[in-house]
Amino acid sequence: MSYQGKKNIPKITSDRLLIKGGRIVNDDQSFYADIYMEDGLIKQIGDNLIVPGGVKIIEANGKMVIPGGIDIHTHFQMPYRGTTTVDDFSQGTKAALAGGTTMIVDHVIPDPGSSLIEAFDRWREWADEKACCDYSLHVDITHWNDSVKQEVESLLKEKGVNSFQVYMAYKDLYQMSNSELYEIFTFLGEMGGIVQVHAENGEIIAEEQARMLQMGITGPEGHVLSRPEELEAEAVFRAITIASQTNCPLYVTKVMSKSAADIISQARKKGNVVFGEPITASLGTDGTHYWSKNWAKAASFVTSPPLSPDPTTPDYLNTLLASGDLTLTGSAHCAFSVAQKAIGKDDFTQIPEGVNGVEERMSLIWDKAVVTGKMDENTFVAVTSTNAAKLLNLYPRKGRIAVGSDSDLVIWDSDAIRTVTAKTHHSAAEYNVFEGMELRGAPLVVICQGKIVLEDGKLQATAGSGRFIPCSPFPDFAYKRIKARKQLAVLRAVPRGMYDGPVSDFSPMSRGGTPSASARTSPTKQTPPVRNLHQSGFSLAGNPAQRGAPSTEETPIRPAGRRIVVPPGGRSNITSLS
Amino acid sequence: GAERTAPGAAVAANMGSGSPKPRQKFCGMFCPVEGAAENKTLDLDSLSPARGTPRNDGRVIDSTAPPPGTLCHPSPVLLQSDRLLIKGGKIVNDDQSFYADIYMEDGLIKQIGENLIVPGGVKTIDAHGRMVMPGGIDVHTRFQMPDRGMTAADDFYQGTRAALAGGTTMIIDHVVPEPGSSLVAAFEQWRSWADSKSCCDYSLHVDITDWHKGMQEEMEMLVKDHGVNSFLVYLAYKDVFQLSDSQIYEVFSVIRDLGAIAQVHAENGDIVAEEQRRILGLGITGPEGHVLSRPEEVEAEAVNRSITVANQTNCPLYITKVMSKSAADVIALARKKGSVVYGEPISASLGTDGSHYWSKNWAKAAAYITSPPLSPDPTTPDYLTSLLSCGDLQVTGSAHCTFNTAQRAVGKDDFTLIPEGTNGTEERMSLVWDKCVVTGKMDENQFVAVTSTNAAKIFNLYPRKGRIAVGSDADLILWDPDITKIISAKSHNLNVEYNIFEGIEVRGAPLVVISQGKIVLEDGNLHTTEGSGRYLSRKPFPDYVYKRIKARSRLAELRGVPRGLYDGPVCEVSVTPKAVTPASSAKTSPAKQPVQPVRNLHQSGFSLSGAQIDDNVPRRNTQRIVAPPGGRANITSLG
Repeated sequence: MSYQGKKNIPKITSDRLLIKGGRIVNDDQSFYADIYMEDGLIKQIGDNLIVPGGVKIIEANGKMVIPGGIDIHTHFQMPYRGTTTVDDFSQGTKAALAGGTTMIVDHVIPDPGSSLIEAFDRWREWADEKACCDYSLHVDITHWNDSVKQEVESLLKEKGVNSFQVYMAYKDLYQMSNSELYEIFTFLGEMGGIVQVHAENGEIIAEEQARMLQMGITGPEGHVLSRPEELEAEAVFRAITIASQTNCPLYVTKVMSKSAADIISQARKKGNVVFGEPITASLGTDGTHYWSKNWAKAASFVTSPPLSPDPTTPDYLNTLLASGDLTLTGSAHCAFSVAQKAIGKDDFTQIPEGVNGVEERMSLIWDKAVVTGKMDENTFVAVTSTNAAKLLNLYPRKGRIAVGSDSDLVIWDSDAIRTVTAKTHHSAAEYNVFEGMELRGAPLVVICQGKIVLEDGKLQATAGSGRFIPCSPFPDFAYKRIKARKQLAVLRAVPRGMYDGPVSDFSPMSRGGTPSASARTSPTKQTPPVRNLHQSGFSLAGNPAQRGAPSTEETPIRPAGRRIVVPPGGRSNITSLS
Repeated sequence: GAERTAPGAAVAANMGSGSPKPRQKFCGMFCPVEGAAENKTLDLDSLSPARGTPRNDGRVIDSTAPPPGTLCHPSPVLLQSDRLLIKGGKIVNDDQSFYADIYMEDGLIKQIGENLIVPGGVKTIDAHGRMVMPGGIDVHTRFQMPDRGMTAADDFYQGTRAALAGGTTMIIDHVVPEPGSSLVAAFEQWRSWADSKSCCDYSLHVDITDWHKGMQEEMEMLVKDHGVNSFLVYLAYKDVFQLSDSQIYEVFSVIRDLGAIAQVHAENGDIVAEEQRRILGLGITGPEGHVLSRPEEVEAEAVNRSITVANQTNCPLYITKVMSKSAADVIALARKKGSVVYGEPISASLGTDGSHYWSKNWAKAAAYITSPPLSPDPTTPDYLTSLLSCGDLQVTGSAHCTFNTAQRAVGKDDFTLIPEGTNGTEERMSLVWDKCVVTGKMDENQFVAVTSTNAAKIFNLYPRKGRIAVGSDADLILWDPDITKIISAKSHNLNVEYNIFEGIEVRGAPLVVISQGKIVLEDGNLHTTEGSGRYLSRKPFPDYVYKRIKARSRLAELRGVPRGLYDGPVCEVSVTPKAVTPASSAKTSPAKQPVQPVRNLHQSGFSLSGAQIDDNVPRRNTQRIVAPPGGRANITSLG
């Protein structure tokens, strides 16, 4: 195994660790074995390992050893209208490590109109300098044209980005039209990328926001009132439709509501390649807090799509996560201070959006899903780490405890009980959306890149030690099926003779002018006619036509109708060759 | 007279025998007649004495439920001497069936009961225990529709004639204004076409093909002065008729305020345009390209989206042309969740499927072109008839819009140019009977509901139309459930060479059709009068639809949370994007902005003021703070 990112690590040198007596938990099985690590990699797994002298030994005492968590959705150090989110890459990754997450995937958000690669480079710079754990990057596509297309291609092929997010919300800012979505999906489907969507119907939100403000609702409750969960579900439905048309794998970020989750599970039952990502906030709390009388508290819950005011949502989402209908979890950690949130004190549409969750994610899922018996520890590993690694094409380097994998491990204490509070959390934000929540299950020891970063409750992280981990296109987890469908789905025309009957005069305007007209609005040119949809299931060769009335097939009925627009005499020429 | 003397006379001759007849398999009244199609145009002067008295004005008849006896028709000239008695029939309404005689006069039902006392000289029809039903209402036709300089092959005369032949006594046609032109002008245009040619009562939906300044006022005018209570918007036909989500939101808001019904043509036009391009790029130019570029998912997506917008705006929604299982499923699901949404499958989707697009006969394949397309899944008709029977779908139309082969051939080298539309107005009633009643999916009462009553209720014509009751219009049919006929272009009453139901044998057909109190079909002969059809104006706020909508709008008052002023530190912001959203949407909306804060959505159920346990928990002082130092302690949590 060789990794590009390795040159970024100045000093991972003589870290030799042995974990003794732990129960290794992967997504497929659990077993007791010792783990020997060296140079940031797992070198040996087994009993009675022969290891060099002077190795630091950690006694696990039968506790679980799990692959470190992968938080597939963070927004650290995100620029926002001249300010920056309060948790930068250092603060954010520290919080991540404290919670048992040893890798994060951040979103690069280029300003609409600016270069994707420049933005990507800027994010790399920030993260390389500060990240305390390994990271990767998603790139958000905030506008679409030919040069963006080229940049996406080079990001995919050269820069190690395999996932791109598009927005169906934020009208007049980030929002993409259906045609643009179709083109982006088509393109990424061909290039082996994963399309992520922020799914909310931005047009209707804009209308609803205007209505709320007009009614005099300016507080944080306006945020959730103007973004009802139906709008989220609608957009998820639309994104799935487009993805299915273009045969492109789809990843829905931030699944916040039951309705949206239902749409995803329905689509999966119909065979769509779609992955849903609930976040810490949607799994752990709900949207009733938007009605808090404490403005600052209510504002701290503002995120999009919003938390659902339905208090049964977290339980529902945890169930779907356990059953596999939702695939993986992120935090969408994007923390703002109260002063920053207060930008929108007189207008909820101006409140910067985002909640915390990177630190709480692992414990929260353990508490809500494993303690309650919804999932076992293997599924826990799958949804917090393994599935993300598979989708990012980093498996088995990440997301698994195996010889040759990175030594990103967590010794998990399933009995620890902690109360989440802003007083003790590692984020710089004044509020924690999980304030007061008692969670069972926490990391005892966290090992990142073969080094112990958390032990005895003490965090020892090094800013800048995090490496960029490049992700390659065509992850098997998503693309095996896509490829098979592509081969299957060749469309063929029906061979027919030339029609040589009469043709009416018509003025070639309106109606049916559709295809050419759409070319006008699409920024990228004619898509190559290669890839394709799944619905080729119907046999296209036209055997179905045999059903029905075969006798009429050969002899079309042509009564000599009286009122006829075509020139007389032309009637009998209608051919049905072959 | 060129009227058809069909062998159906034999059936009628048997009528008095009173004993169950054997099925007239061979010689039913719709038995194909050699060369019958050559004589489809009636010589009306010799047929109808009333023909000479044209009535142009004063035919707008208000559709308010006519209080029995007080109704006065503006044009009694025409209807004056029509006195009819139907004896011994089983009256079938949507709620019950019972035996009674019906006496009609002046186009109205005057008496129902046994041993009626009627004037002498009344023409009597002996029903012999057969079913007497309200005439069908075809909620969706496009007769005489202009398309790129061409006109649909069946005009209002031919179309309504076909409708009557099939037992439909009222049609509702769609006005399709050119984008950018006046709605009212287009409406007047359609009125003048229909008034001069229609043989049965009709009404008009108006399509919103564009959204710009002044539209709202025109819609208001149509609702208040012209009796239009339904408007259709297109989610398809990109760059032609298609509206954006924001526009649809605004149109729906306007429609709700006016008390009308929002109809949608549900297909995602953006995706269709992309797919069309792709399919053409693959070299597929034939009719199969039509269905390949419009997969049913794209229909379902648009249905889902329009339901979402309708829920947001608390506007009743009506999906025209439900063509696929997926679309029907979305509607059924939404109804379970409480949405006020109605689905209209059409004759074509109930009776046939999209496998014909792959026919080697181009002209035949092209005859099936309609949008959304017929589903290639052959189990679709059965599925849709089941949903229609269980109430998940409520009404049936035909979307009758026919083009002859020469017109279709405009798209011979490019399927996107083929004019769209299929036949179905004549076949609708028999098809539904055959597929639903004969198969035991529904009873005759439900049949009446889905072919007539529900339509009358939704569009506020009930009980004048859609019911057999004293005071209702005398639009009736005497239904024979035993007639079997084979649908064929050789015998249909249409102007086109192909019938998409060619060769299908259906059981059940009208024996006698009475429209406006006059017999228009008897013994297999059609006696229609061009121009006798009246325009029916429809009032807004139909109870059937708006009772629920009104209750919801009362319920859904939104309130803000009363809080003290936030007086803590506020971050400095560079004035740039994000959240410029609400203002920008105002820019694009032609509708007057001040939407009253009255109506609203269902989701206000949540308790709006929720104090949290930790509202007053002191927050820790963090080190990193962007706000000016010292401001920290000022964060208020008043109230």
